[in-house]
Amino acid sequence: MQLSWKDIPTVPPANDLLDIVLNRTQRKTPTVIRPGFNITRIRAFYMRKVRFTGEGFVEKFDDLLKGFPNINDIHPFHRDLMDTLYEKNHYKISLAAVSRAKSLVEQVARDYVRLLKFGQSLFQCKQLKRAALGRMATIVKKLKDPLNYLEQVRQHLGRLPSIDPNTRTLLICGYPNVGKSSFLRCITKADVEVQPYAFTTKSLYVGHFDYKYLRFQAIDTPGILDRPTEEMNNIEMQSIYAIAHLRSCVLYFMDLSEQCGFTVEAQVKLFHSIKPLFANKSVMVVINKTDIIAPEDLDEERAALLQTIRDTPGVEVMATSCQLEENVMDVRNQACEKLLASRIENKLKSQARINNVLNKIHVAQPQARDDVKRAPYIPEQFKNLKKYDPEDPERRMLARDIEAENGGAGVFNVNLKDKYILEDDDWKNDIMPEIMDGKNVYDFLDPEIAAKLQALEEEEEKLESEGFYNSDEEENFEGLETDEIEDIREKAQWIRDRQKRMIKEARNRKSLKNKAIMPRSKLSKSFGDMEKHMATLGHDLSTLQDKQRVQADKNRYVETGVDVAFGDATTASASNDNGGKLRQTDRLLDGVADGSDRSRAERVAKMQRRQRNRDARAGEADRHATASLPKHLFSGKRGNGKTDFR
Amino acid sequence: MRIYQCHFCSSPVYPGHGIMFVRNDAKEFRFCRSKCHKAFKQRRNPRKLKWTKAFRKAAGKELAVDSTLTFAQRRNVPVRYNRELVATTLKAMARIEDIRQKRERAFYKNRMRGNKERDFLRDKKLVESNPELLRMREIEIANAMAKQQAREEAEAEAQSEMESDEEEMEIDSEDEEEEEMQKQKILLKNKRRNSKKIAF
Repeated sequence: MQLSWKDIPTVPPANDLLDIVLNRTQRKTPTVIRPGFNITRIRAFYMRKVRFTGEGFVEKFDDLLKGFPNINDIHPFHRDLMDTLYEKNHYKISLAAVSRAKSLVEQVARDYVRLLKFGQSLFQCKQLKRAALGRMATIVKKLKDPLNYLEQVRQHLGRLPSIDPNTRTLLICGYPNVGKSSFLRCITKADVEVQPYAFTTKSLYVGHFDYKYLRFQAIDTPGILDRPTEEMNNIEMQSIYAIAHLRSCVLYFMDLSEQCGFTVEAQVKLFHSIKPLFANKSVMVVINKTDIIAPEDLDEERAALLQTIRDTPGVEVMATSCQLEENVMDVRNQACEKLLASRIENKLKSQARINNVLNKIHVAQPQARDDVKRAPYIPEQFKNLKKYDPEDPERRMLARDIEAENGGAGVFNVNLKDKYILEDDDWKNDIMPEIMDGKNVYDFLDPEIAAKLQALEEEEEKLESEGFYNSDEEENFEGLETDEIEDIREKAQWIRDRQKRMIKEARNRKSLKNKAIMPRSKLSKSFGDMEKHMATLGHDLSTLQDKQRVQADKNRYVETGVDVAFGDATTASASNDNGGKLRQTDRLLDGVADGSDRSRAERVAKMQRRQRNRDARAGEADRHATASLPKHLFSGKRGNGKTDFR
Repeated sequence: MRIYQCHFCSSPVYPGHGIMFVRNDAKEFRFCRSKCHKAFKQRRNPRKLKWTKAFRKAAGKELAVDSTLTFAQRRNVPVRYNRELVATTLKAMARIEDIRQKRERAFYKNRMRGNKERDFLRDKKLVESNPELLRMREIEIANAMAKQQAREEAEAEAQSEMESDEEEMEIDSEDEEEEEMQKQKILLKNKRRNSKKIAF
């Protein structure tokens, strides 16, 4: 259950709320629209605006409604407290107004969206949107007062001390100005205002302290005057509600010195009048300000009054002085003890816990279904068994005895096979073959194997007699002789080889393998090659040979003209790859009459080249071999690091 | 101890060999070698790989349905040891294996029946459709024969010369003359080459 409401979101005033939502709509929805747009687009544009605004309002209202506690769902103490502080009905009406505004805004948004679906023009749509937003704004503006009230409530709620109604609590009450707040200051760290006039404390204050490693809260209440509850003001009512609702130890403070302005009589009277509220609570009466007057020093009349309090059952009276801090801790400890004791007592008294456990436990008891007796079954063999006695010479032989006979522990090895149950005891120590000829013997182990094998043998005989295994080896096809068959086979083989070779050769011919493609006209085949090829094909070439010889004679090269004049030089360059003569003149000697002209021409050419050669410089087009051992990469590498690096 | 079957290729897995994979549903997969294990991990289908028993059986390459194959079975009924039963079983195992092998052979023969005739027919067709290649073959054979004959004749001549050698030693001088002739030829060749170089 929620005990403090410090994180309720702030409630903006109506105008601010309006600004926030409308601003957000402007920012988060598209803003540009033109009459030329498609009508569906225009409608969608405005529908979106209306819907978005409506949703914005609804969201804000939802936050509000969720943040404030429902007054009926909280602890009665808080409910009463809030009732006195904020007027329950007012609070409820404010929230209801917000809730109604929410539903109204929703309705307006829904209605106008529906109307917008039938908008015929931009102008019409825009007017509808204006009307929708205007109506929403009106609704929100009407919420001005509730929102202001809720903001105040929120601020006050946030500042309320968080009082847990169920923990260990010391509740300090009494007339105004009797030293309640001073006591709280003494026992906790709470910084409560202490002033020498009545009603310094106007609301509940909480302080915390530890006792026996347990956390306690001490609540300081405003002073109470002795009058009927209907006449009490809000400040007093807070104290009354705290006393009434909190399960606590009530410390009723009294001031015997009457410096507070109230007589002892009045104080006693108040105690008696609020006594009904102390039912089921531990109560202590604390007499404060003993530094001024101790209870023993009281005159008889007042002592008698005090005695009436002492006589009330379950009430303890203690004296203390907050001024001198005398006996303060004793009072506190005593109150705590009392509270703890009463809490434990309450716990023990309540049956809820025990019942919780008991409800989960169920012990089933079988019911006898008939009168038949069902005794446990003990085999006959064991019933008559003689009790084992180690002294008896005819005692049963145990495995331990066998072990001792055969050399004792560590020497004797138990033969597990002895326990086998087989048809013949001789078989016990047989070694079972597990694998034979790559087969698992277990797979074949079958009690009916003999019969099955018999069946197989019969089947085998039948097959044998049917001639299933007879082989018919015949090599004669189509009535041909073996020789002929062999011949054809050989021929076929030869043909296959040949074909394979031909394919391979063709492929080799086709593959370039880094050679240039030669034009067909440049490819030449010698007459000899052709002759050979034709011979393999079985053609007679004798006539062709004669013709060739005649042709060759005719084509034989005869030296004439320049050939004769320059002798050796021409004959030297005289043949091409195919062995024929080249039909071209020597370019060196073309266009010059004789040797002297030639040498003159050469000299002139040289002279022309000279200047060019002189100016020539190494350029990037010139061949250039870099140094094989560049010095900067290979020298002096060990100074600082490896040889590889510098 | 037991010989298991390879899950992939169905070959026997002897104790201490292969590898076993236990899937998280506790099914065991035994593999005879890493090849099968890898193939399994690659989710290969053994029925689609030619080297597995599964393929051979599925494709009808091997005897798959036979009464001899029904004997070996994993039985989940334990049988108590009986010496006579084991003895008969061992004998039966050998006999069953014999019969199985016999049937396997018959199966193979049956499977291969007609292949030779088919081959022959193919050969015949090839020969009939390639007469020009056959002619080449004849010439080749004829040439080979001629060469053979020539070699034989030469050998016969050499034989006769050897016989005549013993009679006369004058033929040696003729040989020398021939050598000289060869030397001269070489010289001539060199000369021609040299002259070419000079010309360029």
